[in-house]
Amino acid sequence: MIGVFIKKSFNLVFNLSLLIIILTIAIILNGSNNIEKIFLESFTRDAFSNFFKILILSSSFFVLNSSKTFIIDNNLAKFEYPIIVLLSILGMFFMVSSNDIILFYLGLELQSLSLYILASIDRDNLRSSESGIKYFVLSALSSGLLLYGCSLLYGFTGSTNFDLIAEQLNKENTGAVFAMVFILVGLAFKVSAVPFHMWTPDVYEGAPTSITSFFAVVPKVAGLAVLIKFMFIPFSNILAEWQTIIIFISIASMILGAIAAIGQINIKRLLAYSSIGHIGYALAGVATGVISGYESAIVYISIYVIMNIGAFSCLYLLKKDNEYKESISDLSGISKKHPILALSFLVILFSLAGVPPLGGFFAKFYVFSAVIEQKMYTLAIIGLLTTVISAFYYLKIIKTIYFDDSVMTFDVTKNKIAQFSIFVSCSILLTFFLYPSVLNNLVDTLFIK
Amino acid sequence: MNFPILSTLIFLPLISSFFIFLSKEQKNNNSAIYISLFSSLATFLLSLFVWHSLDLTSAEFQFLEEKAWINDFIKFKLGVDGISILFIVLTTFITPICIISCINSVKNRVKEFLIAILVLETFMIGVFCSLDLVVFYLFFEAGLIPMFLIIGVWGGPKRVYSAFKFFLFTLLGSVLMLVAIIAIYWITGTTDVTQIYEIKIPKNYQNLLWLAFFSSFAVKMPMWPVHTWLPDAHVEAPTAGSVILAAILLKMAGYGFLRFSLPMFPLASEYFTPLIFMLSIIAIIYTSLVALMQEDMKKLIAYSSVAHMGYVTLGIFTFTKQGIEGSIFQMISHGLISAALFLCVGVVYDRLHSRMISTYGGLISYLPKYSFLFIVFALAGLGLPGTSGFLGEFLILAGTFQKNYLASMIGTFGVVLGAAYMLWLIKRVIFGNTNNVEIKNLNDINNLESLMLIILALLIILFGFYPAPLIDTVNISVDNLINNYTIAIQNSGVN
Repeated sequence: MIGVFIKKSFNLVFNLSLLIIILTIAIILNGSNNIEKIFLESFTRDAFSNFFKILILSSSFFVLNSSKTFIIDNNLAKFEYPIIVLLSILGMFFMVSSNDIILFYLGLELQSLSLYILASIDRDNLRSSESGIKYFVLSALSSGLLLYGCSLLYGFTGSTNFDLIAEQLNKENTGAVFAMVFILVGLAFKVSAVPFHMWTPDVYEGAPTSITSFFAVVPKVAGLAVLIKFMFIPFSNILAEWQTIIIFISIASMILGAIAAIGQINIKRLLAYSSIGHIGYALAGVATGVISGYESAIVYISIYVIMNIGAFSCLYLLKKDNEYKESISDLSGISKKHPILALSFLVILFSLAGVPPLGGFFAKFYVFSAVIEQKMYTLAIIGLLTTVISAFYYLKIIKTIYFDDSVMTFDVTKNKIAQFSIFVSCSILLTFFLYPSVLNNLVDTLFIK
Repeated sequence: MNFPILSTLIFLPLISSFFIFLSKEQKNNNSAIYISLFSSLATFLLSLFVWHSLDLTSAEFQFLEEKAWINDFIKFKLGVDGISILFIVLTTFITPICIISCINSVKNRVKEFLIAILVLETFMIGVFCSLDLVVFYLFFEAGLIPMFLIIGVWGGPKRVYSAFKFFLFTLLGSVLMLVAIIAIYWITGTTDVTQIYEIKIPKNYQNLLWLAFFSSFAVKMPMWPVHTWLPDAHVEAPTAGSVILAAILLKMAGYGFLRFSLPMFPLASEYFTPLIFMLSIIAIIYTSLVALMQEDMKKLIAYSSVAHMGYVTLGIFTFTKQGIEGSIFQMISHGLISAALFLCVGVVYDRLHSRMISTYGGLISYLPKYSFLFIVFALAGLGLPGTSGFLGEFLILAGTFQKNYLASMIGTFGVVLGAAYMLWLIKRVIFGNTNNVEIKNLNDINNLESLMLIILALLIILFGFYPAPLIDTVNISVDNLINNYTIAIQNSGVN
């Protein structure tokens, strides 16, 4: 996985990392989906972890690939960059594959430590360093809580293995319920769900865009995977207890994501709030506590990944005089000078808003059909009303792009790779309605019970 | 029928818009207009063919198409019956007219405008063809995107506000419908409309579900008090946008009531009839009064649309044959009349760039052809016998009379108000003194403009004297609708 450490040549290392990612995808695809547990049953390989590994890898591939020009332009081209990304991916692999609290925690820490470095990788930039520190302090706190929860769980159930914990847990075990709360807090922090979201806007804005796009996509996937895994295996017996918490977190995230984003003027900050909202929708699927709900959450996060890769790749094209623009007002009237870029923005933003017939609509449709199946009408109605509110700020960007007069012309960039990512993302979103059940069929095979 | 004719109908405009997207934009090169005109006319002919080959003696859905879509449980199902075919033909008929109208009125970004119109046409035909709730919702909502852009990009000075209001109002209404659609799926196990007709939805669910659908249709219709987006949207939208909005988008809601609310929730429909009657009556009287006081021509026509839609809802919820047929007739005729009126306003707007009534006056002396046509449309709008506007209102009021004496009385009073604002509009715009010197230098309508207006005028008069083609088409379907409805009501009485 990580045999990369030669010379000071960024290009070589970067390309090698991409190659490694592709190779790993190939290896996983070749391997079987049968359940296998190794290392004293602490590490599993099954369809669930394989799916998430592929999702993590392919999204990192696109994120890394399309950010290359940006990295070079901003003098971030250090050879450590791709290596640290790979390290964090390794951490996520352990997270999604772990079947044991200790291994899970180790993976989580490996991932988090790499992310701290990434957030502050632009050392000479005050905002970047600030975001790194901020993320580090808050994240360390949440890791502490999580670890405390893990130790409580061990103390009350006498085991660190997920399957054994699941057998031991029941409603009478009050201590374990406490442990569950602590672990949930830690995980909610990692996926930046309200009320543990405070770091998100600052870090998103402060970190370089290439890092932000990585933050917005990859750790979210891993975090949600682990969250689902925790709910599905160790905590399956105390469903009623965690369900209320998740419902609350989900509603709070949806509302905050919708309302707080309205006033934003920086696109990255706005995307941060929008990602909080999206996590809220995905958690609404988790909150159902049934397999169809988990599946819908997984479908949701996959489509979310596609949309965000497209959105961030668009940001790479907003370049003028070697400076990347991040303010919404800079987008004014780009539809006249850059019709294709504007059209891609249009597709992605309407999809984020969940307007049919784009991919984002189906994501929401699956989640809410799972939610309504469980007769959780309040959650569904609040969720759908927040989509209307959040539609407002997506429309505001579209308004800036299409209705306002143009103020600046961006450089005609030859950033073929970013354009390729945008093209892939938009065409998936546009044609999703032709075969809307592709993802579902895939996800259907993940849960065996 | 193996050839997927309805899919072709739906996706033909979409495919041609893709070609326009690829076509090169050059000065003095109208290839985009030719492509779009050609494709929309082809769609129109195809829809006429569907209408012609439709078996009118059967109430069954025809030209059925089914394709597994979402996880085998939701099917992409299309089909038409007597009611929907009329709306499809209306859509395909109005679209080429819009395209012709934008040759004169849209000056910048013509290519994008045509793409938006054609994409919108795809979604509109889709709404009227779909026989599955999810497919219906998909098309119903998707139409918001092109309309939002049409208002926002090519609209007037307050376009941003109007476009946002239009989008958010409609979206807010529709999300509740989405909840209801999903709930229906979990109650009945299907979203296929024809199957839901047969499975009776339990009574305790019906009221809530009906309200959820109502929230969406009431906004779209628009019914008082959620009609406020309409005048704004109409005023700011470009001519072609207003035409499509008035002629077709508003009809989606009326169609939705007929296709979904009535047959799926008969008990709730009966239960909420007083509510609908009350809102319709308020809409008719209130918006007619508001229309009287307007100084902006487009706003006046927009408010008159709300009043006319009030008649439509009134007619639909009488559950009598006259009422429902009258409503359908009224929708089609209003589609033609309001389209024509907005085009008329567009014609003078292109010349003087003002929609204010006070700008005009005494047009009859300088624009005789235009004035004649304008008077024809305005008279049709007030429901003069001999135009299609009269028949619709007459049938609706006749239907209402059987159900509710009072509603019918007040409704008739609304006709008088309608005559008042329309006649006053004619008086101020066409007759009277010419205060504005610029009017003297105006050119009368050119060939292209007269072509589209004369076609519309002929149709309006034709249907006024000879409504049989429309009535015959819907006859059996409406009979079937009312039969099923009566059976459902009687059964519930027995239990």
